[in-house]
Amino acid sequence: MTAAGPRAGRIRRHQWLASAGAAVRTPRGATGLGLAGLVVAVAVIGPLVTPQSPEALLTFPFAKPSGRFPLGADFLGRDVLSRVLDGGWLLLLMAVSATVLGIAAGAAAGISAAYLRGRRDGLIMRTVDVILAFPQLVFALLLLSILGPKLWLIVLAVGLTHAPAVARVLRAATLDVCERDYVKVAELQGMRPAAVMSKEILPSLSTPLMVEAGLRLTYSIIIMAGLAFLGFGQPPPSPSWGTMINENRAGLALNPWAVIIPALLIALLTVGTNLLTDAVGRAALGVDRKPEEAALADELGPARSGVR
Amino acid sequence: MSGAEGKRASEGARYRLEVCGLEIRGGRGGPPVVSEISFAVRPGEVLGLVGESGSGKTTVALALLGHTRRGLSVSAGEIRLDGVDLLRLSPAGLRQVRGARVSYVPQDPSAALNPALRIGYQLREALRVHARGSGESRALEVLGEVRLEATPDMLRRYPHQLSGGQQQRVALAMAFSCRPSLIVLDEPTTGLDVSTQRHILDTVRRLCRVYGVTAVYVSHDLAVVSELASEVAVMYAGRIVEAGPAAMLFGHPLHPYTQGLLASVPVPEGGQLLTGIPGQQPPPGHRGPGCSFAPRCGIALDECRVRVPAPAPVAGRTVRCLRVAEAGAARAQPRQAAAAGPPSGAPVLSVRGVSARHGPVPVLSGIDLEVPPQSCVAVVGESGSGKTTLARCVVGLHRDWTGEMTFQGARLARGARQRPVPVLQQIQFVFQNPYTSLNPRKTVGQIVAEPLQRLLRVPRGEQADRVISVLEDVALGGRYLSRYPDQLSGGERQRVAIARALAAEPSLLVCDEVTSALDVSVQAVVVELLRAATARRHLAMLFITHNLALVRTVAQFAVVLQRGEIVEAGPAGQVLADPGSSYTAQLMADVPRLRSAGPPAGTGGGTRRRDA
Repeated sequence: MTAAGPRAGRIRRHQWLASAGAAVRTPRGATGLGLAGLVVAVAVIGPLVTPQSPEALLTFPFAKPSGRFPLGADFLGRDVLSRVLDGGWLLLLMAVSATVLGIAAGAAAGISAAYLRGRRDGLIMRTVDVILAFPQLVFALLLLSILGPKLWLIVLAVGLTHAPAVARVLRAATLDVCERDYVKVAELQGMRPAAVMSKEILPSLSTPLMVEAGLRLTYSIIIMAGLAFLGFGQPPPSPSWGTMINENRAGLALNPWAVIIPALLIALLTVGTNLLTDAVGRAALGVDRKPEEAALADELGPARSGVR
Repeated sequence: MSGAEGKRASEGARYRLEVCGLEIRGGRGGPPVVSEISFAVRPGEVLGLVGESGSGKTTVALALLGHTRRGLSVSAGEIRLDGVDLLRLSPAGLRQVRGARVSYVPQDPSAALNPALRIGYQLREALRVHARGSGESRALEVLGEVRLEATPDMLRRYPHQLSGGQQQRVALAMAFSCRPSLIVLDEPTTGLDVSTQRHILDTVRRLCRVYGVTAVYVSHDLAVVSELASEVAVMYAGRIVEAGPAAMLFGHPLHPYTQGLLASVPVPEGGQLLTGIPGQQPPPGHRGPGCSFAPRCGIALDECRVRVPAPAPVAGRTVRCLRVAEAGAARAQPRQAAAAGPPSGAPVLSVRGVSARHGPVPVLSGIDLEVPPQSCVAVVGESGSGKTTLARCVVGLHRDWTGEMTFQGARLARGARQRPVPVLQQIQFVFQNPYTSLNPRKTVGQIVAEPLQRLLRVPRGEQADRVISVLEDVALGGRYLSRYPDQLSGGERQRVAIARALAAEPSLLVCDEVTSALDVSVQAVVVELLRAATARRHLAMLFITHNLALVRTVAQFAVVLQRGEIVEAGPAGQVLADPGSSYTAQLMADVPRLRSAGPPAGTGGGTRRRDA
């Protein structure tokens, strides 16, 4: 007991670490982490190890793979390998920023709607419904066509369109947590609503937050790549996986690698994050038990949990 | 009706149900969850299977239907019903037996009845499966047997249109409908009001006698068992520690655990101190060597810790204890609670003309009550009487009320948010369910320190000592500081919740059914601790309970609520001993009592009750 005490304590306080750790130990989670980790490594380390300049015109358009250009050349005769290595980091950075923004805005809206109830609940959730009525990509395109293709605007547009779905999920989860008596205890101790939400409610929401974050990250990547494909991304000379797919479509028969490799990387990344998210959600079910379930497990004893 | 082993063997054929050496393990080769379970019941008799949660009583009860919970399996023993071993039957054979010859009444009828099907359909289903006639007339007959309105309209209702008591009657009707030889009742009255409980018990007793059905009644409530059962088996940590005729066992318990359990049962008429049993039962499948009760036993020897006592026939029953002789002699006499002097001074809390509603539904009307300083007022009533709403109005969790409440001379604002911090600190609330009132993400130390930080603004450096001292007040101590709620038992959780309330140094403690989720022996410990702590700190207490038997033990004053109105109020002894209203008198009559000295409960006990 004494040896297990402090370790168990750390795990409970940082609940999300316990769930994530358990997830990575499952085959599903390990596969997801491996795939996503591989793509992230390419995107992060890639810019440091490009064999050629990614923006220089080095050979003829759609050159077949050769010793100097292992993946051949693109439609302007630039090295595809170098462009692939350099073309991921900004996409990742933008996807992560949009996800953080969306989760933060959505969680704040969802938790306060559920906790405050009444008129504020209605106001927040009806706003959410209105935003939800726009398809994400269309909303982003609308903003971009009005305000011009700026990178921060893409992040903002994608982030904001995530918020309503996050708000819905977290509102439902919060309603459940609000019913627990420890939240009422905090109110009786004179805590302000903002403090109750951040200190008592938020820690109990780590599981839905993690799952939502993973899910939204996957969507962010897809939308970001999609926007880049449509021409809303980094301005032309600098490489981007989404842009590359569009640019090199014409030469698909001449040098297919210029399309296949960026497409494959995007696909691997989204499949990887999705698998990981799924594993975290499943692991959290085992780690994070509701108080009533804990009571039941107490009564049934270790026989039941041992079998699971 | 002697339980001597020799006699049992020769009369074997006369028993309806015989369980021999039953052992159930957790998984293949796992630790035994229950072991060496042997008992026998005659036709028409009721066996009470008594134990605290985790003792394995439900596991044994389910085994009587040839069922084990997921992850458990029967590893030894036999269960003979009319001479046929249920454990050897094929799945098809077992299906024939279940419902027709053995039936089951679960604890929670609202979960046992299908909410999407009409009562009539569910009743006829059981009859149809076992080809006992499927007509409406038969279903109506069955309803009549459990004293439900036998009308076609009743058959057309859905479970949610019935009260908890009515639902349990339907479950009883289904269980008795095929005229089984054996019926297993798993705490069928927990969660029901005393009067509903009384009706259910009467029905079970009557039907068992009329149809000669053998019953096994599983319960942690000794008083209920003593009213119904003629034979009792007490389980502890997966073994039967004492078994014998109910009157003998309750009159002169021999095993130290049985003695402890009996000393924990509050008696409605007397205000004796409850002793409870210190310590905790080992979790299922985690028994140490030797007698499982030894760590909690006052008279255990070194030998008790290494050798498992064999069941031995003593004075007409079977006891599993190495120190039976000493245990029989050492039984402590109950101590009377010291009568408190008449409290003086202005009331801490006074409630005048308070009415409350939940949305459009009025819940309380015109409540007047006063809590004098340093005394405890018990608010008693059945579920739906508004007693919890009253408590929530006092602490400010329920805001929809009118009238006036003054606390230490000052008017109380309606909701907690409008009340200043000193008022929040002075009135502390202990919730009913300790499983939801503690934040699972915080340690015991953090939980108990919260009121110090938020209400008393104690500097961080001084908090640790105060937390430890208040934990010691609830008999927990500093080693619990870094534990998390899910590492604690229900009783320990409730003590942490009480410690949190005491840490705020309140002058009024409001307790809402704080023991209803706990076992009797744990309830006794918690109640005793509350009494001692409030006395030491000169606290006033508002004690909400449905358990009339607890009132005399805890409170000096009692207030009886019925449908949101006060029907009676006054000194606790007077209200309970000499009720002025018929409602209180009825409630008192319905409270199950330990029947230790009465006639053999199988026959005489029933007749008298039936007339009541």
